[in-house]
Amino acid sequence: MSNLIAWIIRAVPFGTIIMYGAMGEILTEKSGNLNLGVPGIMYLGGFAGFASAFYYENNAAAPNAFVCVLLSFVCCVAASMLGGLIYSFLTITLRANQNVTGLALTTFGMGIANFFGVFILNGKSYTAAPLANSAYAHKIPFLSGLGVVGQTVFGYGFLVYGAIVLAVALHIFLNRTRAGLNLRAVGENPATADAAGISVTRYKYLATCIGAGISGIGGMYYVLDYNSGIWATTGQIEALGWLAVALVIFTTWRPLNAIWGAYLFGMLYWLYQFLPSLLGFTVASYVTDLIQMVPYVVTIVVLIISSLHRKKENQPPAHLGLAYFREER
Amino acid sequence: MSDTQIREPLLRVVKRDQAAMRQKIAARAGAILLALILDALFIFFVTGLNPFSVYGVMFQGTFGTKIRFSWAMRDLVSLLCIGIALAPAFKMRFWNVGAEGQVLMGGLMTALIMVYWGDKLPMPVLFLVMLFTSIAVGAVWGLIPAFFKAKWKTNETLFTLMMNYVATSFVACAVNIMRGQASSLGKLNMGSRAGWFPMVFGQRYNINIIVVILLTFAMYFYLKYTKHGYEISVVGESENTARYAGINVTRVILRTMAISGAISGLCGFLIVCGRDQTISTTTAGGNGFTAIIVAWLAKFNTFYMALIAFLLVFLQKGAAEIASAYSLNDYAASIITGIILFCILGSEFFINYKVIFRRERRAK
Amino acid sequence: MECAIQIKHVTKTFGAVAANKDVTMDIYKGEILALLGENGSGKTTLLNMIAGIYYPDEGEILVNGRPVEIRSPKDAYDLKIGMIHQHFKLVDVFTATENIALGLESKEKFDLKQVRKRAEEICKKYHFEMDFDQKVYAMSVSQKQTLEIIKALFRGADILILDEPTAVLTPQETEKLFHVIRNMKADGKSVVIITHKLHEVLAISDRVSILRKGEYVGSVKTAEADEGLLTEMMVGQRVALNIERPEPVNPVKRLEVRNISVVSEEGVQVLADISFDVYGGEILGIAGVSGNGQKELLEAIAGLQPVAEGGSIKYYNGAEGSEPPMEVVGKNPRIIRNAGIHMSFVPEDRLGMGLVGSMGMTGNMMLKSYDRGRGFLTDRKKPQDLAESIMKELGVVTPGVNTPVSRLSGGNVQKVLVGREISESPIVLMTAYAVRGLDINTSYTIYDLLNRQKKKGVAVIYVGEDLDVLLELCDRILVLCGGRVSGILDGRKAAKEEVGLLMTGRDLSLRRQNLQSTGG
Repeated sequence: MSNLIAWIIRAVPFGTIIMYGAMGEILTEKSGNLNLGVPGIMYLGGFAGFASAFYYENNAAAPNAFVCVLLSFVCCVAASMLGGLIYSFLTITLRANQNVTGLALTTFGMGIANFFGVFILNGKSYTAAPLANSAYAHKIPFLSGLGVVGQTVFGYGFLVYGAIVLAVALHIFLNRTRAGLNLRAVGENPATADAAGISVTRYKYLATCIGAGISGIGGMYYVLDYNSGIWATTGQIEALGWLAVALVIFTTWRPLNAIWGAYLFGMLYWLYQFLPSLLGFTVASYVTDLIQMVPYVVTIVVLIISSLHRKKENQPPAHLGLAYFREER
Repeated sequence: MSDTQIREPLLRVVKRDQAAMRQKIAARAGAILLALILDALFIFFVTGLNPFSVYGVMFQGTFGTKIRFSWAMRDLVSLLCIGIALAPAFKMRFWNVGAEGQVLMGGLMTALIMVYWGDKLPMPVLFLVMLFTSIAVGAVWGLIPAFFKAKWKTNETLFTLMMNYVATSFVACAVNIMRGQASSLGKLNMGSRAGWFPMVFGQRYNINIIVVILLTFAMYFYLKYTKHGYEISVVGESENTARYAGINVTRVILRTMAISGAISGLCGFLIVCGRDQTISTTTAGGNGFTAIIVAWLAKFNTFYMALIAFLLVFLQKGAAEIASAYSLNDYAASIITGIILFCILGSEFFINYKVIFRRERRAK
Repeated sequence: MECAIQIKHVTKTFGAVAANKDVTMDIYKGEILALLGENGSGKTTLLNMIAGIYYPDEGEILVNGRPVEIRSPKDAYDLKIGMIHQHFKLVDVFTATENIALGLESKEKFDLKQVRKRAEEICKKYHFEMDFDQKVYAMSVSQKQTLEIIKALFRGADILILDEPTAVLTPQETEKLFHVIRNMKADGKSVVIITHKLHEVLAISDRVSILRKGEYVGSVKTAEADEGLLTEMMVGQRVALNIERPEPVNPVKRLEVRNISVVSEEGVQVLADISFDVYGGEILGIAGVSGNGQKELLEAIAGLQPVAEGGSIKYYNGAEGSEPPMEVVGKNPRIIRNAGIHMSFVPEDRLGMGLVGSMGMTGNMMLKSYDRGRGFLTDRKKPQDLAESIMKELGVVTPGVNTPVSRLSGGNVQKVLVGREISESPIVLMTAYAVRGLDINTSYTIYDLLNRQKKKGVAVIYVGEDLDVLLELCDRILVLCGGRVSGILDGRKAAKEEVGLLMTGRDLSLRRQNLQSTGG
């Protein structure tokens, strides 16, 4: 039982990282843009959030937790949106190939984060922003102390709940608002949206940039909460970014599915550590390496199943990956 | 007219019929120039160094000494080899984003055989076995997503992307077993050197260079002059046309992806035997992704691929050189590469489209 | 009369092709204007500029006397201009209501129920029927068109532009549409119909404006016009539809189609129990409203559509009885070819199925023959010779045999395709909409080519949409409706009305009974 609780407590924060990444990408893909730059954007967000918190903590006379959170949050979102803006300009205005641009953005984002990260590390193998970490990882007072339920439901930093709220908000936005309807039309059939008087370019830009901003929060959450506010040169965020892309497919482009999907991915990811002890046997460490592939395999299975069914509602946005040019003949 | 105040859009975009060679070269040259300026600004603001002297240092990265040039060639062929592997798939409009995994699987098979059969098989047989298994496993890794694409139109971009991480898991697992209690794997068969390529002109990896040069010509020829190449073009253009012509689309997709995966697998074999003599999850080192950009920008022409791959390797080597000369770090290479890729990608626009400014129309 | 829209000296070019040259014309308030012209005469391009899809290179547009800038469809809506495109601008996975609500700007709270209520009022006013919860992908063509019209009216359009609205409708649906259009006129709206069908122009419009090769020819009041005058204005000179029709000589059975049924990928039955024979030396026409199974029928014969259990297509290489017939069903095009079945097929989608757009003529000549000969390599010499001879014989205008065919004009593309198919010396030649989008001269070239094949003893199948052509060209006419054969008529004796009725699936005998009962 205690193992199961420990498992959940590991899985939920892990799920939260990729949930942000996936929600940003869902919003982006709903506009018809397949942004394979998610890992790069998560790097940008994670690094900008960490760096701003780090400098504030070390340079302010009396660092205040609230200011620290606000500052790092704003910097994270701004840096991520900048990454989204580069992608948008190239693919929407200049109509460059989306796959290739996304991959280049991933290279670029990882480069920026790790290059400047080395300056902050200044020779050490890792460095930390403890104030920001304690603020981001602050559990809900009182409720988190209520036994098992408190631990598993209320024992996380505020971004975990933020992600759930955001998923619901995104669901309402996409399905219950005028702008959401218009956005979905842009991703399904931009020529139709255009003829209906919707500015395809504006919707694509906004969805991609805001989506990038949301994805970036995932990167920041990873550094400042999940990873205890520690920055180190790492390839971990890239793997998380691809997992977020996988989650988008898994959810069949529905934000509400991202909530349980993300936690499921989290459970699967930590399967290797908790399942054996839960079932009362030990496995060699090399087996755990194999178990790491489970989330990806599950995603592949979902991809195959949804292509087998060919239900119109479960397909990717019809115009995903393609540039739109009005005067195309 | 003056008081009705008609507002026209400031600029409009129209599709170009076909760009002249001159325009194509101008757009590409402009992109590279812009990238150099942006990179120079980046270098200047981050380091405060004179960009021109930095570029001089960068040049040294590839052309400084004989051995540096040789290393640059070694890295170039690793990248180019994957680009060649991707060419037929991309020409068929099959987004194989899974070369990274296909290379890893090829390398993994080579490494396993090297370790476990290295002292059991005579050298030529050992090489043959390694070669064929790496090719076969690479092909299988390419065939799996191809099968689902051909049968049920499963999205191949996402499928192949996921396959990379499945491959990474396999490699991590195998490395874990092979290293045993040691902290890292190190070079395989350090004592016997079984399964290492022999020295040719002073370097083991010169075999890689020779093989990839041959492949560059072979793939160009395959795509342009063979029946298979013709089928790939037709399937890539329109599946309906292919069916109409009686081309078995499923078979072409499977065959082409098998070839694509096989060459990636071969690349893994070359890297392990000729370059690294070991295996790790970073054996492909992101080249599987970079090669996608190379193959796309070269429009499936393997000779253009060689040029673009050279440019990228030159930048990477140069950035590494800057890093050591000015005590920065290697990640500068990713940033500089990113900037130049953005510029080249953006320049495609000026080849395919024409921008008309308001004044131009008035002048008519 | 007051002008709703004035078009002044408008020019629009695409690449090297001028779609509209210095066009000046007016649209009056409260009229039904027919914009008449052949395919490719620039009708759609011109009105697309009013609807904000294209932007003119030169000239200006005035709405209600005021010069305006229409940079986007939104600008057009703001000027109360609504266009119903030939390819519907609807989102497949949305419901009718969602499609109507799409792009609406309003200060009010977003409320689909409110939208639906207002749309239902419009339906009542103009007598439409619409299920507002239905998703578009489940709708029929006519339902989609209705939805498009509701959408435009919902946005308060005063000027409605309909691009070839009847092309996909049955005569009955067309009649319904015309009724709606008259209702809208009575409501004070201007309606512009783009069409190339003369009888429709005469039936519905108040005034006709004619375009020819991108240029404005003139306008006439419909009351003062007749088919002859309009044709003359449209084509430039009086062209009698004198298509040659030689008598079939010594007809031999070439194809025996029996009980063919096809179910589409979506699970819809598109062909049901089709049986007929095709003879050498005749042209068998296939008539029907497009989308009633013509495409699937030809594709089934060509081996491109899986045929349901029980169907058979027998191909006779020699005269019946001299050689055993060969079964086509279950074979793909290459197996058919290799089995010695000489069948050629000019599909409807020329660049999407018949040709490879990015390849030159030479590359396209290889499409069906590239695998000939042993060895691994392709032979480019023979295809190149063939390309050059077709270029010369059919007068294909192209910079060279290696210029991508997608850059040729529609007529030249078709010549390349037909040329290749005929060069294979077929015994059965199938063509789908062989003259769609072509100018009159090229169309006649095609008719001539088909007749030459017929005289050679080839069995020609001609799927067409223009009934006049079908009735003058074909020896027999098979009419398809809802995926079934609704009749096979003698091309020399059939009346146009008869074909039209069969196209709508009405049994002739039933109709006669009705006539008798109402008459008696």
